[in-house]
Amino acid sequence: MLPAYYSPIRRVWYYALRGIVALVLLFLIFPILVTIPLSFNVEPFFTFTEGMLKLDPEAYSTKWYVEFFLDQKWNIALKNSFYFAFMSTILATVLGTVAAVGLASDRMPFKPLITAILISPMIVPLVIIAAGMYFFYSAIDIVGSDIAIIFAHAILGTPFVVITVTATLAGFDKSLLRASSSLGANPVTTFFHITFPLIRPGVISGALFAFVTSFDEVVLIIFLADPDQRTIPRQMFSGLREQINPTILAAASLLILISILLLFSIEILRRRSESKGMFNNE
Amino acid sequence: MQNTTANDPANHLSLNAEHSLKYHQAIRREKTKALMLVLPLLFFLIVFFITPIGYMLYRSFYNPTVANLAPKTTEILGHWQDLSKLPSEESYKTLSYELKQLQKTRLSGKFAEEVNRRLPRTGSVIKKTARKIKKIELDKVENYQQLLLSIDEKWGKPEIWTGIRAAGDKFTINYYANALDYKLEPSGKLVKQPEEMQVYLPILQRTFMIALIITVLTFLLGYPVAYYLSLIPLKKASVLLIFVLLPFWTSLLVRTTAWIAILQSNGVVNQTLLSLHIIDKPLDIIYNQFSTVLAMTHILLPFMILPLYSVMKGIDPSYVRASQSLGANPFKAFIQVYFPLSLPGLSAGALLVFIIAIGYYITPALLGGVDGQLISNLVAHHMRSTNNWELAAALGSVLLILIIALYWIYDRLVGASNIKL
Repeated sequence: MLPAYYSPIRRVWYYALRGIVALVLLFLIFPILVTIPLSFNVEPFFTFTEGMLKLDPEAYSTKWYVEFFLDQKWNIALKNSFYFAFMSTILATVLGTVAAVGLASDRMPFKPLITAILISPMIVPLVIIAAGMYFFYSAIDIVGSDIAIIFAHAILGTPFVVITVTATLAGFDKSLLRASSSLGANPVTTFFHITFPLIRPGVISGALFAFVTSFDEVVLIIFLADPDQRTIPRQMFSGLREQINPTILAAASLLILISILLLFSIEILRRRSESKGMFNNE
Repeated sequence: MQNTTANDPANHLSLNAEHSLKYHQAIRREKTKALMLVLPLLFFLIVFFITPIGYMLYRSFYNPTVANLAPKTTEILGHWQDLSKLPSEESYKTLSYELKQLQKTRLSGKFAEEVNRRLPRTGSVIKKTARKIKKIELDKVENYQQLLLSIDEKWGKPEIWTGIRAAGDKFTINYYANALDYKLEPSGKLVKQPEEMQVYLPILQRTFMIALIITVLTFLLGYPVAYYLSLIPLKKASVLLIFVLLPFWTSLLVRTTAWIAILQSNGVVNQTLLSLHIIDKPLDIIYNQFSTVLAMTHILLPFMILPLYSVMKGIDPSYVRASQSLGANPFKAFIQVYFPLSLPGLSAGALLVFIIAIGYYITPALLGGVDGQLISNLVAHHMRSTNNWELAAALGSVLLILIIALYWIYDRLVGASNIKL
């Protein structure tokens, strides 16, 4: 309850702030809330039918999910999405982690410049990256190859890995490294036995970010991919432009499910590393 | 950061030169080690990210197509001095031969198109000439100037020749001129397009306006949320943060799809308003600027809330209390004490939102209709539909320069390594 000494203006402000916050949070979550029930629509529309509003079970159906899993186009897209995301995540995680370890060193020369370059793929608009890569990949003749897309997606993922691993390394006690080497371990042994276990939460959450980045990405796919390299977002993009059909909503709901799973894994990782005092959030 | 100078052994006078040397060697070894670790990623980015973008910049002012298609004509016209007079008979002869050759290899259309791009209304003349010249035995022709004149009288004026000459320039600022709604005349003079002919400047302006509106909206919506979250206990805040993080983690395509379902003419909003009899025919709220701004505000809102929240969490509430105990009313305390303290988070969030918004492509492409298209959509349009790659590259470069300037400011104010995830 509000303290009795609160002035009327303060009371109004108290409720107004909560009201505004509730509305904004509703605005944020609303599109996600709408998508899931609509994907169970028995009719081929993007709208709530009368039956759905009356909660008539007849008005609901899982047929768009069946369609999603039976349709060959969506199947190929699903397979491609996982393949590109998986491969580019491995590449981004390895390169990004190693670079972050180097970047965390106090002796790193040109640190601000190199950091700015390593983060820049996050900042440059995707259309520019896509256009540049299209020119360049045409010139070296790798447009339409898997390697082109894996490299392109890995580049988008690396800044996330660099950022999350650097954040974990900020709370890293460097005397552990000296202790390890004074006990006779070589740098590689030290990395795998000392450094890696301690920065693992950062590496995993960076990898998850890289995975989602690739899994969601559509602009580079539009420019660089062949039709048989379609991914789920690409399939949704052309579906939204050509013929809108609730299979897209079924796909969207499945993606929401994946994001919920990822969100919770990241949060669990963050808490675990925070409780160890490793994840430097400030 | 450790303060290394305080226990820097090299500063101790008692140490001899040998120790100092060893110390510097050790430092250099550490430097090399750090650099070696960063090098693989740096190399990867330089080859597959920076080089492609550099190549795009290069393509925006380098176009060798005409010079490659008709090398001899290009060379001869390079020696043409007085542009008000017709070029030499030799030029007519060379062009006739090269046009015939191009027609045989089916490249005359490409040639005509390139010249036409440089000087409108010349493409059809060149195409017609190429078609007719194919049947003529050029070795038997005595006067090539008359030959071309008999096909089209435009060959009797210097203008079309200046077009071919200008199109033959391998390096040109023509595409930048076009991207900024200027016309580069074959004589080399820059002329601003009349207002009704301008295409790109208005869209550039619109992109700026829309990005600015979105930044302001995310601030207005995001500030109270971040403020409230920073006041409540951490446990409760992390539950409410799910509302911010879940959309952040949800696919862009999913959120855009959802907005289509919500805003379309028989979508959720219109259905509700119709059934409540607030309106009697569906509102036009999709495929225009409104839907673009709404969906992009939704998509970018977490980028504002998260940095604001992380800064506000660190603001000591005793400052505000102190100012109030010194007589400031709550409003004044907020404006003069709290708000300035939250500015680092605000500038980080606002710059990030603005940078992402001016380069946005997908949402305007799907929700923008005609008047919601942004500069990125034009780049994509010229890449994929008109195949005018050079113009696409020039437009992309203009956008890139803006982004780099903003990123530089961001790096100065916030620091690139301070992006929080």
